[in-house]
Amino acid sequence: MKYMMFVANDPEAAADETGEGTLDIETWVQANDAAGRRVMGERLRPVEDATTVRRRGGKVLVTDGPFAESREWIVGFDILDCRDLDEAIEIASQHPNAATGRIELRPFWQPADDAG
Amino acid sequence: MTGHRPPPGHRDAADRPSVNEVLAHALDGQRLRIVASLIATTGDWDLAEDAVADATERALRLWPIDGVPDNPAAWLTVTSRRRAIDLIRRADTERTKLATLGGLQLRGGPDPGTDMTFLADDRLRLIFTCCHPALRIEARVALTLKVVAGLSTAAIAHAFLTTEETMSQRLLRAKRKITNAAIPYRIPSPSMLPERLEGVLAVIYLIFTEGYAANVVDLADEAIRLGRLLVELMPASDEARGLLALMLLQHARRDARTVDGELVTLEHQDRSRWDAGAITEALMLTQLAGSSRGTYRVQADLAARHAAAGDAASTDWPVIVTLYNELLRLAPSPIVVLNRAIAVGMSDGPLAGLAALDELAKEPKLTGSHLLPAARADLLARAGLKAEAVSALDQAIVLARTDQERRQLTRHRGELTREI
Repeated sequence: MKYMMFVANDPEAAADETGEGTLDIETWVQANDAAGRRVMGERLRPVEDATTVRRRGGKVLVTDGPFAESREWIVGFDILDCRDLDEAIEIASQHPNAATGRIELRPFWQPADDAG
Repeated sequence: MTGHRPPPGHRDAADRPSVNEVLAHALDGQRLRIVASLIATTGDWDLAEDAVADATERALRLWPIDGVPDNPAAWLTVTSRRRAIDLIRRADTERTKLATLGGLQLRGGPDPGTDMTFLADDRLRLIFTCCHPALRIEARVALTLKVVAGLSTAAIAHAFLTTEETMSQRLLRAKRKITNAAIPYRIPSPSMLPERLEGVLAVIYLIFTEGYAANVVDLADEAIRLGRLLVELMPASDEARGLLALMLLQHARRDARTVDGELVTLEHQDRSRWDAGAITEALMLTQLAGSSRGTYRVQADLAARHAAAGDAASTDWPVIVTLYNELLRLAPSPIVVLNRAIAVGMSDGPLAGLAALDELAKEPKLTGSHLLPAARADLLARAGLKAEAVSALDQAIVLARTDQERRQLTRHRGELTREI
């Protein structure tokens, strides 16, 4: 099962969080690349550089900024290829941002999914 | 497939249990095993439940005619499996076939490292899946009651004061998430196991306390059954034993907790109305010591100390205080501080108890609760400060949540004013 792993900051995370149980980002990337569980991933520019695009009534509307104004935003993503959700949770929980921010795991839409 | 018994006739029918009784007994032991192994092999939850339901219907139809099979449990297993194969063959949509295949692929091979540590039992995998933290807590509770305990959707909806429609939607969404997010059907890896087991225990205890909150005793019975099953499947877990003992001890007091619909506090309960059998079972469970002590074990030890005492006066209060200290280290909470203060009051005198209560004076979680003024009133009365006790009771009466609680506090107030 493939998962999109959104990595977000979290302004409310405690400043004294030790990050115990997480790996530094280089080790995390290397370990999961070597195990074949990380397909790809990138760090993203902050929301100041984001652009939102819509088409309404045939017209393209372009606006500055992200979908929604919020104090937290996505700082990067990784695509994981895992045996199941528990394996993805284990990998996500070792990412440094699991301690300083939060991580969302979204399974890829499968060809057999209909109603979702 | 075992052969069927010859038609009845050569034995007195009255000697034998009815078909319904035999079937209920066989299902009791076998339903969960069949469902768990069918989910393990097909990955299809609905198919597994439908197959067992069909086999049960078939038994009800055939057994009165053909006689009860020699081995009813084996008959149910074989019939359910055949029914499952039929259902897969008949499934005409591509989606069902893909989902089934997907399930088989997802499941992968067994996990020798973790499974062999405990019993390699599909039932245990099923419990961990139903209690997976990626599901909402209401979904975990509903799924555990439906799939593990085997309750009907209607019965679960009734217990949780909601409609059957809402409950079946909740179950459907949970099963969809299991498939779509690939929530695994396996015992968690050793690094995750302690947290996940805690989650399973929390679901079972929630079912138990919900049973009391909603006054649905059946739900408390189901929780105890689930607790027993978990102890059977994870004999090495001291916390599983602790939870079962705790529930048995609390449940043992059910008949003494109210008299004519009025609440009776632990101190004043008629202990001869406690369920002695349940207490004996629980005390045996608490005698087996584990390598480390968790919150359920400590709470079970607390309840066991109360159960072992003939009355409130002969309770070993210093030991109770020590156990509350241990519980505070493991899981600090204002309620534990409050209960500890009451125990200190019994052990070291009411003034010491009042001093221990003082640290809760500004506790935000207790403002608005009657528990703090009620405990103060009790300690003040014991200290002979009856006028102060009455005014604390007045506060408690205003804050009480239920009429039962309000009446119990009002009775206590009446007794005190007569003594002044």
